[in-house]
Amino acid sequence: MPLSESFFASRFGLTERDLQNYLSDALSAGGDYADLYFEYLSTSSLSMDEGIVKSATQGVTLGVGVRVIAGERTGYAYSDDLSPEKIRKAARVAACIARGPASVIKTGFEESPRHNLYPMLRAPNETSLAGRVDLIQRADRAARAYDSRVFQVQAGYADSLRHVLVATSEGRLTFDRQPMARMSVTVLARQSGGQPQQGHSGGGGRVMLDFFLNEKTPEYFAREAARQAIVQLDAVEAPAGEMTVVLGPGWPGILLHEAVGHGLEADFNRKGVSAFAGRIGQQVASALCTVIDDGTIGSRRGSINMDDEGLATQRNVLIENGVLRGYLQDKLSSRLMRSAPTGSGRRESYQQIPMPRMTNTYMLAGESDPEEIIRSVPKGIYCANFGGGQVDITSGNFVFAASESYLIEGGRLTRPVRGATLIGNGPEALKYVSMVGNDLKLDEGLGVCSKEGQHVPVGVGIPTLKIDRMTVGGTAA
Amino acid sequence: MTELEKIAAGAVELALKSGATGAECTISESAEFEVNVRMREIESLKEAASRGAGIRVLAGRRGGSSYTSDFSKDGIAKMVQAALDLAKITTEDPHAGLPEECGRFEGDLALYDPAVAAIETQWKIDQAVAAESSALAADPRVSNSKGASFESHLGTRVFANSLGFVGSYRHSSCGLAAQPVAAQNGSTERDYWYTSARAVAGLENPELVGRKAAERALRRLNPRKIATQRAPVVFEPRTARALLGELFDAVSGSSIYRHASFLTGKLGEKIASEALTVIDDATLPGLFGSSPFDDEGVPARRTVVIERGVLRNYLLNTYTARKLGMKTTGNASRGLSGNAGVGPGNFYIEAGSQTPEQIIGGLKAGLYVTELIGGNANTVTGDYSAGAAGLWIENGELAYPVSEITIAGNLERMLMDLQQAGSDLEFRSSIAAPTLLVGEMTISGH
Repeated sequence: MPLSESFFASRFGLTERDLQNYLSDALSAGGDYADLYFEYLSTSSLSMDEGIVKSATQGVTLGVGVRVIAGERTGYAYSDDLSPEKIRKAARVAACIARGPASVIKTGFEESPRHNLYPMLRAPNETSLAGRVDLIQRADRAARAYDSRVFQVQAGYADSLRHVLVATSEGRLTFDRQPMARMSVTVLARQSGGQPQQGHSGGGGRVMLDFFLNEKTPEYFAREAARQAIVQLDAVEAPAGEMTVVLGPGWPGILLHEAVGHGLEADFNRKGVSAFAGRIGQQVASALCTVIDDGTIGSRRGSINMDDEGLATQRNVLIENGVLRGYLQDKLSSRLMRSAPTGSGRRESYQQIPMPRMTNTYMLAGESDPEEIIRSVPKGIYCANFGGGQVDITSGNFVFAASESYLIEGGRLTRPVRGATLIGNGPEALKYVSMVGNDLKLDEGLGVCSKEGQHVPVGVGIPTLKIDRMTVGGTAA
Repeated sequence: MTELEKIAAGAVELALKSGATGAECTISESAEFEVNVRMREIESLKEAASRGAGIRVLAGRRGGSSYTSDFSKDGIAKMVQAALDLAKITTEDPHAGLPEECGRFEGDLALYDPAVAAIETQWKIDQAVAAESSALAADPRVSNSKGASFESHLGTRVFANSLGFVGSYRHSSCGLAAQPVAAQNGSTERDYWYTSARAVAGLENPELVGRKAAERALRRLNPRKIATQRAPVVFEPRTARALLGELFDAVSGSSIYRHASFLTGKLGEKIASEALTVIDDATLPGLFGSSPFDDEGVPARRTVVIERGVLRNYLLNTYTARKLGMKTTGNASRGLSGNAGVGPGNFYIEAGSQTPEQIIGGLKAGLYVTELIGGNANTVTGDYSAGAAGLWIENGELAYPVSEITIAGNLERMLMDLQQAGSDLEFRSSIAAPTLLVGEMTISGH
């Protein structure tokens, strides 16, 4: 598709000559590289609480970010006004990072290749609101119908459609239309006179509205949230101390995101501040572990046709049979480390400088039967669902918070336990993986990753995993 | 009226003309500057400004919201129409509406310092370089750095509603932070220190920020993992603040009316030890949680939340107050549009009499927590579990660093078991706490 048929050309009259001018301004004081990131983001969100649709919001933000790289330095400025004067002003501010004669930019643009991972004529954001209101009403009804102990339901739906265009001083030009949709359900349940307990579920991706009608329905998410709340009603204190931990498939893959994913982002390694710095080729996990970061899986929340620097995303092998293979690169780090790009440069919005980030991070399936894994544990804990996690890149210590877990006693799941944080050390934790299930599952599509204040959508996944040793932060010492 | 006030009032008027029975409009304008340096060289420099407007309309008891960054006449009209259209798909909510009374706190809150706008870029860069250099020079073991940064923000907040309220205020802030990395015998640890203020004169000097950051990283080197046990836990102000943040959710009206807080129905009851007094006050000059009016145009005020262990007040906006049959405490908070949530003014724990040294000195053994990783409380049940790092206390002294452990308890019991609030209260952000001593928590190690 030529530029003239792109969103920004038809909506704002953007031409190649404009892009050329802005990039020339950006490099007017020298510098090695400049790029422009145009963004037009429309969002809708609906929420239901106490059985009524309490809020409905829609909005639009737009702007352009201008970046100049000079050696290891980055200059950045943006404008929320797409008039040529304002963009040129931003370009001249970003240019201040360099000190010298103007750099010459390549004339003419070449359209770079990108994927087509979420083809759709009409994104959810472009459909009628009534259909979307129906989704949260159905979720509310289904959660209440699940069990008479359910007494509060919050159902939310949010979608967005982001148009982006990236143009670089190297003559690369790419654009994309990035839809996203997500449902979430939070349920409170209680026994008569007892303490309430909460359950939470949700999901989505870069999908059309019919995903919620045919594949993962409002009832599916509602029942799951209600089920979790009801399970918690019988939960006992979580254990404390080191023990065998079995992680269920899917969202517990947040383990990989925290334990290894962040530590393999190239910026931290280039600066030598990651616990994984300088460890390429070393054994950092048991030989059963192969960890992939893949931005090219169709319709997934963490997938993108091109990264936010205009490069096609890839399937990157991070750990292969336990050996550290590679880092996630953005433009700046791959240039400074003389490494091949990995299509991992991402940013939250036009107001932000891109950084190396994850997309969908998962472990390949192994050969063990999940039931056999549980049977092999005399005493331990099985974690089926998690809340969030966090990592200290430098020491490598990471946490993730289990929200639905069970005691394993004599090879069987016995009682549910209350929420607890698990802690481990990135370069060590995966060495204790002793069994990998044959049941790889990706998460439902709710993940948000935060780094230096920037939030981007991501995905995770694992098969059932047995970790021989990990510290569980319950209260039952 | 200022230009922005006129736009906000105009949007409200247009909404009423187009059929709304009520409307409120928020405008936010902000300019940011940020420089990051690493190993004494500039790493990135960012400077830009942006603005946005949001509206919430009421059609009887139904609400709808929208926002835009397009301030043209057409852009504002489209925003108003979008909100009106959305009000058609929401449900009647008998408690929806605007506040009973609007107005502003009349004292000078010192939210804006013109000097923040006037400082030279080079001075800001120099501050960051000086902070990082000071950290790197502190000790040969400080061999690397995640960098240092200087940030400044200038902004204007405008609010208008159909009760005739129109108001705005300017605000400023600046901050300096350093994140050094220390290494010894294969152990690598980082930490940070920062200073931030609404006025340039309120910043600590960069040498001090760098030195303090370095000291913090150095004292973490070669940590031990301790045995699983129950022990007293001392939270230094930085981690005590995080713990207090969990309590905020539990006293917020939005959790209370849904029965999603362990403090639901406990007003007037003793829920904590005598050592705990918690205040929310948006009228303290120069602080980050201060503002003349909240995000619904209700004047800022001081609310006693917990008084020597007794729960006195929840923190409310107009909606949650109506749901609970109470009066708003002026804690409405929102971005640009949507229904208001509940947010803190300056939410803090009153200082006690003992210094942190005295509190630590009184313990035979215990954990001094200097960092919490992840972890959040379950507001519904009060269950609390977090990753932690810090120093082990032996015979009243900080003996050695510990890490890769968790601390866990239940907020309901931790509040009752709060034995000391230290004398070292400082307002570094809108939530602030002094050193806190909790009598016993479960520490998970090996």
